[in-house]
Amino acid sequence: MSAMIAVRNLERTYVTGEFEVHALRGVSFDIQRGEFVAIMGPSGSGKSTLMNLIGCLDTPTAGSYHLDGLPVELLDPMLLAAVRNRKIGFVFQQFHLLARNTALENVALPLAYRGGIPAAERLERAAAALERVGLADRMEHRPHELSGGQQQRVAIARALVNNPALLLADEPTGALDTHTSAEIMALFNALNRDGVTVVLITHEPDVARHARRLLEIRDGLLVRDLPVERWDSSPRGPTRPRSRRLPVRSQWRSAL
Amino acid sequence: MTTSEQSYPKPADVSVAAAPEPIDAELAAALNELEGGGIGWGETARFAFATLRANPLRTLLTALGVLIGVAAVVALLAIGRGSQESITASITANGANLLTIRSGATNTPGGIRGAVGGAQNLTIADAEALANPEAAPNVALVSPEYMGNAQLVAGANNLNARVTGATANYAAVHNSSLAEGEFISDEHVRTTANVAVLGANVAETLFPDQSAVGQQLRVNGQSFSVIGVLESSGGTGFGSVDDGIIVPLSTAQRKLFGARSLRGSLTMQTVVVQARSAEAVDGALAEVQAVLRAEHRLPSDGSEDDFSVINQQDILETVTETTRMLTLFLAAIAAISLLVGGIGIMNIMLVSVRERTREIGLRKALGAREGDILRQFLFESLALSGVGGLVGLLIGTVIALTLDVTGLFTASLSWDAVLLAFGFALTVGLFFGIAPARSAARLDPIVALRYE
Ligand SMILES: Nc1ncnc2c1ncn2[C@@H]1O[C@H](COP(=O)(O)OP(=O)(O)OP(=O)(O)O)[C@@H](O)[C@H]1O
Ligand SMILES: [Mg+2]
Repeated sequence: MSAMIAVRNLERTYVTGEFEVHALRGVSFDIQRGEFVAIMGPSGSGKSTLMNLIGCLDTPTAGSYHLDGLPVELLDPMLLAAVRNRKIGFVFQQFHLLARNTALENVALPLAYRGGIPAAERLERAAAALERVGLADRMEHRPHELSGGQQQRVAIARALVNNPALLLADEPTGALDTHTSAEIMALFNALNRDGVTVVLITHEPDVARHARRLLEIRDGLLVRDLPVERWDSSPRGPTRPRSRRLPVRSQWRSAL
Repeated sequence: MTTSEQSYPKPADVSVAAAPEPIDAELAAALNELEGGGIGWGETARFAFATLRANPLRTLLTALGVLIGVAAVVALLAIGRGSQESITASITANGANLLTIRSGATNTPGGIRGAVGGAQNLTIADAEALANPEAAPNVALVSPEYMGNAQLVAGANNLNARVTGATANYAAVHNSSLAEGEFISDEHVRTTANVAVLGANVAETLFPDQSAVGQQLRVNGQSFSVIGVLESSGGTGFGSVDDGIIVPLSTAQRKLFGARSLRGSLTMQTVVVQARSAEAVDGALAEVQAVLRAEHRLPSDGSEDDFSVINQQDILETVTETTRMLTLFLAAIAAISLLVGGIGIMNIMLVSVRERTREIGLRKALGAREGDILRQFLFESLALSGVGGLVGLLIGTVIALTLDVTGLFTASLSWDAVLLAFGFALTVGLFFGIAPARSAARLDPIVALRYE
């Protein structure tokens, strides 16, 4: 059985005006079915860029990406939309729920774009997904009637409703407090135990520790790929000083 | 890069997928499966309507432009059509197959000259010659008519009205029927009797409380007895018979207005001739011209007539054409307001795309294709113009009917006008919806999701 995600020498260069930003400069890795992977790295290192590529929202400048055997970089926008709809579930930092709709309607939305499912069945499946994330009693609530953690659960239910091969989350706990973050991570853990492949981006070591494998990205390159148990959370490589003046000045002072 | 195999060097620790052959078949099946499905039209329309329902005030205000435009188009077309029908009806009510002969040449075909004034060169003798069946076999009836204005007085009531001197033929030629009493007879003409037949409005004004027949009235100071009252023709146009009176031709010529004499015969402004049938109108026209040229001793060298003949059909065509142009002109102005309404829709849709950028990004991330988003927004602008159009039809119809009932205008609704207005509204909605819908469909989901 081939890998669920096979990424080879993936590059993504943004061209803005005369400038070229090499957000990804050749990244290769595989992710197998059922894995729970956390992607870490400093701000601007290319995590979201990588996530957008894995999520078929974007296409690489160079390199190849196979998702479930599909050569994603060769697909046209129509097929990419279908891949996103059926194979990928997205969870965003900002939740991105439709404010006018109830939790149930929000969760049912991807099923509408899948097509061919009667409305009653869509709502049934949405209800099942909400139950799975522990929100069976909040189905008719609108987003503004829910707490941040509950909103993120609704978003996770929406990501699950199409039974995707892959759950992608870009800083899913970024807008939540520590306690709620832990709950959401517990939910991801549970889903992963049920066989869902999870890839999430995070800044927080506490969050990353819930995963079983860690990818660390720096300046558009994969610098570490290791099981979470072997990871010491101390940052690796040269830590750039926040300001150059301070140490120089203190040196100058101590020299006095 | 044709295959993914060539595009990267194989890292040693990565297991490469099996041979390409079976995968290709599998891949084709997978791609086929992905191509199927997708959101249906019904669901897309439901999303569009849900958005419009969520913001009723904005929906109403946006649809208002189209609503007003459609209402105006429908009402104006109905009024134009109604006026045209009533004018046509009043012209044909005067009698069909008529040729109106007037003194003096007219250069413009179908032109209508002032009834009073100008050199009068049609005479009693001319009328008699036209009535000769040997000279003019296509002419059925001849009605010589002298026209003037006079002051009418009856008791305390008085008014200035048109007085037509006519013979007994007048009633038959003009399809006039009497509400009561009798019409001018040959005997009245022969004896220059002081009798009058009143138009319906004149009778109402001069004798509001009693039957006019048998009453006396003074016309330019002379005493006349009323022998009949015409039925109301309903026409309110210029020179309607309802607003005038009819007296014997001889009485008008000799006693009231002092018509001048030409070639030993008294003159008049107009002779109305009725042809035997609609097919006989052209023949009658030629005969009229031949007879009158002979009577007036004009050389047969093609010189200009000193009289003019107006065909009823020509008048009808001119009037129809004029009212049609007027109607189209008004409808065009109304259509411009519809266009402005369309621009209003486009404006709101562009704002809406802006506001809902993140929603669009989300829908795309969840698997909406460009076409799905395009259709959703097109449905929205179509629904806006469609709803505005429907309510506009309703309001336009109510306006037209109200004006009709109050008697200010005659309005006549027609299906083609209604369909035209509604169709135009939908076209406007579609046309002005395209640009916003395309800008929505083309949003990059990554950028859209990050939009603040
Ligand atoms: N649309 C874009 N156009 C131009 N440059 C971009 C675009 N998106 C990202 N970049 C650049 O690419 C680089 C990587 O960005 P990316 O968003 O992937 O970082 P990140 O690791 O997700 O950071 P963060 O942790 O802050 O979310 C950055 O330098 C960023 O400025
Ligand atoms: Mg990011």
